Amino acid sequence: MNHHPTIKPSLDARTAAQSHFRMLRLGTPFQPRIDALGLKQDWYNWAGYRAPHSLWDEELEYFAIRSQAALFDISPMTKYRIEGPDAEAYLDRVTLRDVTKLKPGRVHYTAWCDDEGFVLDDGTLFRLSPARLRLCSQERHLPWLLDSAFRYDVTVEEETEAVAGLALQGPTSFAILRDAGFAGVERLKIFDLAEFAHDGATVTISRTGFTGDLGYELFVPADKALSLWDRLMAAGELRGIRAIGYTALNRARLEAGLIVANADFTTSEHAIRADRLRMPDEIGLGFMIDPNKGHFNGRRAILEARARKKLRHVLVGLEIEGNIPAKHAIVYYKKSQEVGLVSAAMWSPMAKRNIALASLHRPYGDTIVDDLWVEIYAMRELQYQKLMKKAKVVPRPFIKLDRRTANPPADF
Amino acid sequence: MTSSDLNWDAIVIGGGHNGLVAAATLAKSGRKVLLLEAGNEVGGAARTEEFAPGFRVSSIAHLLNRLHPDVVKTLELERHGLTVERGDFVPSVVLSKDGPLTLHGAYGEVLTGASSAEQSAWKELRAQLLRYAGVLKPFLSRRPPDLGNMSLAEMTGLGQTALALKRLGKEDMRDFLRVLLMNVYDLLDEQLSDDRLKGLLAFDATLGSHLGPRSPTSLLGLYYRLAGEIGGLAGAQVQPKGGMGAVVAAIRAAAEKAGVSIRRASPVARVIVEKGRAVGVVTQGGETLRAKTVVSAVNPATTILDLVGPREVDTGFVRKVKNIRMKGDAAKLHLALDRPPQFSGVDAAGHKGRLVIAPSPVHVERAFNPSKYGEFSPEPVMEITLPSLVDPSVAPSGACVLSAVVQYAPYALKEGWTSGKPKFLRAIMAQLETYAPGIGATVRHAELLTPADIEARYRMPGGHWHHGELQADQMLMSRPVSGWSGYDTPLEGLFLAGSGSHPGGGISGAPGLNAARRIIAMRA
Repeated sequence: MNHHPTIKPSLDARTAAQSHFRMLRLGTPFQPRIDALGLKQDWYNWAGYRAPHSLWDEELEYFAIRSQAALFDISPMTKYRIEGPDAEAYLDRVTLRDVTKLKPGRVHYTAWCDDEGFVLDDGTLFRLSPARLRLCSQERHLPWLLDSAFRYDVTVEEETEAVAGLALQGPTSFAILRDAGFAGVERLKIFDLAEFAHDGATVTISRTGFTGDLGYELFVPADKALSLWDRLMAAGELRGIRAIGYTALNRARLEAGLIVANADFTTSEHAIRADRLRMPDEIGLGFMIDPNKGHFNGRRAILEARARKKLRHVLVGLEIEGNIPAKHAIVYYKKSQEVGLVSAAMWSPMAKRNIALASLHRPYGDTIVDDLWVEIYAMRELQYQKLMKKAKVVPRPFIKLDRRTANPPADF
Repeated sequence: MTSSDLNWDAIVIGGGHNGLVAAATLAKSGRKVLLLEAGNEVGGAARTEEFAPGFRVSSIAHLLNRLHPDVVKTLELERHGLTVERGDFVPSVVLSKDGPLTLHGAYGEVLTGASSAEQSAWKELRAQLLRYAGVLKPFLSRRPPDLGNMSLAEMTGLGQTALALKRLGKEDMRDFLRVLLMNVYDLLDEQLSDDRLKGLLAFDATLGSHLGPRSPTSLLGLYYRLAGEIGGLAGAQVQPKGGMGAVVAAIRAAAEKAGVSIRRASPVARVIVEKGRAVGVVTQGGETLRAKTVVSAVNPATTILDLVGPREVDTGFVRKVKNIRMKGDAAKLHLALDRPPQFSGVDAAGHKGRLVIAPSPVHVERAFNPSKYGEFSPEPVMEITLPSLVDPSVAPSGACVLSAVVQYAPYALKEGWTSGKPKFLRAIMAQLETYAPGIGATVRHAELLTPADIEARYRMPGGHWHHGELQADQMLMSRPVSGWSGYDTPLEGLFLAGSGSHPGGGISGAPGLNAARRIIAMRA
């Protein structure tokens, strides 16, 4: 007779002692609402949080961004509160763009580098007041930010958990905010921010986003997250508001030509291989460099690389013949010489073009832009169909929507 | 301000010996050089100062054993009054209750006071130490190789070292590599048996660093010492007449002859940086002085964090500079004595030499242990000189000056140096009394400089003579910080020339000379 030893008591004790088995990934303050809508149970790990790839239908979620309004939980985005008399000078030294030109009530997209001029991350900087700013990014940077604060009169605190964030994007997003009672939101121009009352607290609304569409981002104390969600959902019911996951957003951002850290380039603290490091000029962020502003991290290395022509890579937008997405395809010159890799690709329903972002070895993509090809491996019933398709270097963004910047924002 | 003040080719910050060497070398290349010294006298920690009425002493460094021959030659120091002859070499005497043991000539060419077996063991070990130090010698004098961007000259230099290594022969080469990062304690145990001799070598290997003889890599300190030479002989040492101030006076004379303008009592408040380039300095008096090149011969951390400021350099670089370990662990004792002391069993020649209290390697290790936990050695080890026996002018007639470097005295003493200093002085005097009975009663005045005092008086952060621990991880390509070991800095036009840079401290002038040569080579 088989004897089954009983292991239950010890297993229980072990499980009790390791409660993280129950919660491998943290929930955001919006998790009760998202879980209720997450029919597909398709989760991924965003900076330690349980975030949805897709909630109900990735195609329809994408079209919610372009034709209705999409609600996307950006709470896992890393957020730092930077405050003090030296906050401006401090951020001007840490980040690439000129923070002295960023006025209170404005937001700009920026990036920051290590001493060697390699990009640590990109993100958005919100100037909430003259001496109070919020830096949002993909990766965590607290040690770097704290070490950078040496001899600056500034405090740097992580507020990722304390502050919940939502992106409301799409043509009806303005009308929803207005109907939700955020009076004055119509005055926000692109990259403006303002504070509004919500549930006895304050919500910061900025006219920003990651979709290239009309849209807003909202930041609220974590304990007011659910009431904000409910307020927007109620106001948006007749304007087609839908919660969405990252797959849909990722498509929209590609159409907008926006890059994602550790997807389209490897951040310098994550890169293991020396040739994966990227300078701003190598990922299309050269426009952020201002040699005439005060000193900033990486300045010496970046200017030296420019002067000595040591920039090895370039990030470009590609338009590829056909309609098969060239996901992670190798880019060739004259169909034979390997010159780079596609990092993101899709058939764009808005542009009606097969588009991609690719990293190429200079001079390809820089001075040599003709005779470029991509090799697409299309899996067709357990067999790869290899397609060699012509690729053309095209400017980004791939789509430009007037409603994104129209003032006053249109009422759809 | 005259109009000529506006166009200095180079401004050198800090008139320590390295600053003077750098200034003189640059001036000899035809540059217009201004040297700014914060104190009332140049010389830094290599001055001769009065510490009691009529008593003068070398402020920190009291023995000359590594003034680089290229410095002597380039600055023609012999023409400026610096002469070293074989007759000036002084012996090292290990004090012990078992009677003294003496290393004569250049680091024990002759050993007396030991058994004949120990003498022959020493002969062999000494030859080996000098042979191995000789391999490292070019490394420990030239600019460290620039790993990312090696020039032909640097390749050649490395090639020569490889050749020198090969010339050792297979057995020696293997042994060289075996012992390179060893601790001195174990090596001594392999080859010697006399505790006094081992105690001396253990002391010399760890002198000036936060290491005990049993700490890994402690042997490197001995190589560093033996890579130095004076009067053409490695390991030799002299007590300069007139104290270390006389050596600095010769270097200053060479600098002035070369046309260097020296301003004393002119502390620098900050380095002016414009678009990533150092273009001059502002003195604490508020005067703005501009130059094509700014050379800082003061501490590297002071230079970057205080004079330049962290805002003008990158975060990673600031991290590295902040991480330079530079907490001194050695104190300096000056005694004004009524009459010369008598160290038991030591002859007249020995009294003119270097007298070392380090009776065994275990004793040195035990002296080190408390310093790891912020306490001074209850039975400190020390090297003593009696400079007035070599140069009677430094003390009133019949009286005597005693100068001693004493270990271990951690910079961050747990109980604080205010209350700790008198206790430490008592511990030192108890040791001295053991080896020179009656010395305590002849003390007219005692001055003990703890690392905290050295920091304040000589502007040496942490009170560290080397301006940064001289250990494997802070040497060569990693001195003062990795990536910036070639005297240049992330700021164009700003160079480091002090002992915080490669090769390190001691009165060698090598960092100052190398920095000047680097600047000259860049502009050539």
